Amino acid sequence: MSVASQDTAIRTGRVTRKLIYLVLVLFALFYMLPLYVMLVNSVKPLSEITGGGMMNLPQAFTLEPWAKAWSSAQIGVEPTGLAPYFWNSIKMVVPAVAVSTVLGALNGYVLTKWRFKYDTILFGLMLFACFIPFQIVLIPMARMLGLMGLAGTTWGLALVHVVYGIGFTTLYFRNYYAVFPTELIRAAQIDGAGFFQIFWRILLPSSGPIAVVSVIWQFTNIWNDFLFGASFAGADSQPMTVALNNLVQASHGVKEYNVHFAGAILAAMPTLLVYIVAGRYFVRGLMAGSVKG
Amino acid sequence: MGFLDIDNTTKSYGSVEVLHKVDISIEEGEFLVLVGPSGCGKSTLLNMIAGLEEITSGEIRIKDNVMNGVHPSKRNIAMVFQSYALYPNMTVGQNITFGLEMHGVAKPEREKAMQDVARLLQIEQLLDRKPGQLSGGQRQRVAMGRALVRNPDVFLFDEPLSNLDAKLRVDMRTEIKKLHQSLGTTIVYVTHDQIEALTLSTRIAVMNGGYVQQLGTPQEIYDKPENIFVATFMGSPAMNVVPAVVRVDGGVPQAEIVLFDGSKARLPFSQPNLTAWDGRDILLGIRPEAITDHDSADRKSGNIASLSNRIVVTEPAGSDMFVSMQLGGKDVIARMRSDADVRAGQDFEFAVNMEKAIAFDPETEARIQP
Ligand SMILES: Nc1ncnc2c1ncn2[C@@H]1O[C@H](COP(=O)(O)OP(=O)(O)OP(=O)(O)O)[C@@H](O)[C@H]1O
Ligand SMILES: [Mg+2]
Repeated sequence: MSVASQDTAIRTGRVTRKLIYLVLVLFALFYMLPLYVMLVNSVKPLSEITGGGMMNLPQAFTLEPWAKAWSSAQIGVEPTGLAPYFWNSIKMVVPAVAVSTVLGALNGYVLTKWRFKYDTILFGLMLFACFIPFQIVLIPMARMLGLMGLAGTTWGLALVHVVYGIGFTTLYFRNYYAVFPTELIRAAQIDGAGFFQIFWRILLPSSGPIAVVSVIWQFTNIWNDFLFGASFAGADSQPMTVALNNLVQASHGVKEYNVHFAGAILAAMPTLLVYIVAGRYFVRGLMAGSVKG
Repeated sequence: MGFLDIDNTTKSYGSVEVLHKVDISIEEGEFLVLVGPSGCGKSTLLNMIAGLEEITSGEIRIKDNVMNGVHPSKRNIAMVFQSYALYPNMTVGQNITFGLEMHGVAKPEREKAMQDVARLLQIEQLLDRKPGQLSGGQRQRVAMGRALVRNPDVFLFDEPLSNLDAKLRVDMRTEIKKLHQSLGTTIVYVTHDQIEALTLSTRIAVMNGGYVQQLGTPQEIYDKPENIFVATFMGSPAMNVVPAVVRVDGGVPQAEIVLFDGSKARLPFSQPNLTAWDGRDILLGIRPEAITDHDSADRKSGNIASLSNRIVVTEPAGSDMFVSMQLGGKDVIARMRSDADVRAGQDFEFAVNMEKAIAFDPETEARIQP
């Protein structure tokens, strides 16, 4: 990788290069600024914030706001902190991401390697799922969840996200598998592998990069979703985003900005983590279809 | 009934028929090569034998069992693909034994079969590698190993050598032929390379446009092509085909052809029934090696005719010298010894082996049967 980029890099003078780095560093600082503000203010006593000086480093370092945001802050009417909602989100995100990714992979497999009549039309219709605005489906979805007896539950919320995500995951896997050699499937058929054996033994082991893309995409979208959470969750199945909103919007008492900052970071932490752990595969996976071989 | 019967088989995609009533029957241990230009339906036919494509009408039988609708894994066949199709996530060893595993063969037996095949193909030291770490020739061997280990009734090869460089291709060709001779397996082999077809096969099916043009031994295909397509497709350089008129002189039919300067020459046929074509146009087919100088003309031939013509170009090609001239308004190539004393622009006395000449009907392009 590095060898290739050295070969293809445009040769520049040292001054130009320094200038480019300078600009890049400035941009990076600019983008890091909000994170800095959040971090610094989440470890200050409230008095330091209200006294002005948002940009200053804390004079009295404290983890109190973090503890409060996590376990004792007032969310709605209960002083539970964000913790139970964090687990709600986890319980919603993990199955939703897993199921939508596996289904997307299966769909991609069928749409590329087990072609049938009108399969491209079907795929086109599935793609529509990527373009339907959330707001349009709110009421029909609420009705469907009610009919299925899933209204107000974490499972219902997970189901909504699975249905909404399948369009994207199918798109990813279909495009990835489209360039996967069909001869391999045929060889496996002759070897006697069945539909699912081919999927598990041949296709999935080669799907790492695109699975990462799908997981990151689904994870961040589902974790960060607010509208579905606010619309479909019951009081005890609300996800983190809704809880954070309730924490910040609480109308009574003093606004504890430091607790809000800590809560916001807690809410963003999992997606951040996913990016840090799997981020480098993300770009690789996105590129995989276009520059294979 | 043969070992493998392709009985009046057709294939259509929608309303388009791409294979028309193909009828081939081969015996156990035969090496059948399907050869033809791109798009003629070779791969389609092979995939139908494998069960990867459905049969639109007709029957395919292996050992008298009808294969229509039988799953590929239940036909007891093995296939080697053009791209080798090795499973990228498995080691060479796992690639070879995957089929056995899927067929429920116990692990110790799989191991033994794998070792046997690896020894046969000399890939023992590669068993733990992934396909990505192999050279083209090694991948080719592994792909053959994967086919061999199943001990199938019929081996199917789809252009297995076309991804190799020229030298390796010749080596592997010999290797496949050796393997066939030592194991005595039945093979159906697809290629568009006519040399491969001639060297490997016990029988060749020459295909064009979804039709089998001719089915026969390499010798038959080469010496007695049924039509102009087969005649010109097989052999390199291609057979010369020149317009001629049949003239009967003293009861002997002769081909009257126009020379470079418009004058005419006559070459007597060895095929008596051509007297019926007296005065009619035909197409005369002569292989380049049947036109030489008198010194190197085939001594066993009973019919060497002389032909004086002007040499247009000489092309030395190592072991041979290709000499081109004008005959009947066409470029005609003669294959001479490399040390033949010929120059461009020279008038030369050629020796034509008319025993090997073939007459075609210009209307149907079919051979006029002797
Ligand atoms: N799925 C398909 N739908 C429609 N037509 C097809 C399909 N697959 C193949 N064909 C047509 O069938 C004909 C035979 O194709 P086939 O792949 O058998 O050719 P081939 O002889 O193997 O050629 P090549 O040497 O290029 O591999 C071609 O004209 C091709 O366009
Ligand atoms: Mg082909």
